[in-house]
Amino acid sequence: MSEVVKKFLYVNRKAPYGTIYALESLEVVLIGAAFDQDVSLAFLDDGVFQLTKGQDTKAIGVKNFSPTYRALGDYEVTKLYVEKQSLEERGLSEDDLQELVWEDEDDDWAEKPSIRIIDRKEMAALMADQDVVLSF
Amino acid sequence: MAYDVNGTVVEHDEEGYITNLDDWSKELADVIAKAEEIEMTDEHWAVVNFLREYYDEYQIAPAVRVLVKAIKKSMGPEIGNNKYMYELFPYGPAKQACKIAGLPKPTGCV
Repeated sequence: MSEVVKKFLYVNRKAPYGTIYALESLEVVLIGAAFDQDVSLAFLDDGVFQLTKGQDTKAIGVKNFSPTYRALGDYEVTKLYVEKQSLEERGLSEDDLQELVWEDEDDDWAEKPSIRIIDRKEMAALMADQDVVLSF
Repeated sequence: MAYDVNGTVVEHDEEGYITNLDDWSKELADVIAKAEEIEMTDEHWAVVNFLREYYDEYQIAPAVRVLVKAIKKSMGPEIGNNKYMYELFPYGPAKQACKIAGLPKPTGCV
């Protein structure tokens, strides 16, 4: 490819509902995926709740958009970094998160996990390594 | 603005996407297709049905390249390629097929 590929990190820090940040971030990621950049997502603080499984929004009258995270693999967004400490501080573990996979077309559509749990130090290094960081 | 399905009125927006996703029916799809000047064939239906299943599972209408790739995977490269998809839906497979499938406009479509 002739254009320069930049490293984009979308940082998600807020709970999925109550504000529009989580949904807006997800939509920007899906739209931005058309530009063939090197995209990663980070989930920390209350942002880790965005990936929890079994979300039910009936009582608050908004759309449950958590199934859409499962489509990220189709958009070739395959790197979702979740901060370990943020999970632990909220009494959560990897088992509380949706299982998200992407299919590797070059490997006979083998399913590979998208979620990677990293600690705070690794998260800082990940952020420092980016060309563009977008915070939501 | 509305479609007329055998006397039943179904509201749509200024671009022809239906307002209430629950209003969809196969009969309505035929009416929308007619408005889009598309003659529905089995291949058209395969794409429309695929889109509805995709929406049901992921709660989004996929972008065109995602749609083409997914169709390629499930139905083979003879159907899942850009050229064929644009022959089926000349004004954009994602845009037009989503409209007929009763889904919102694909995310990122302007």
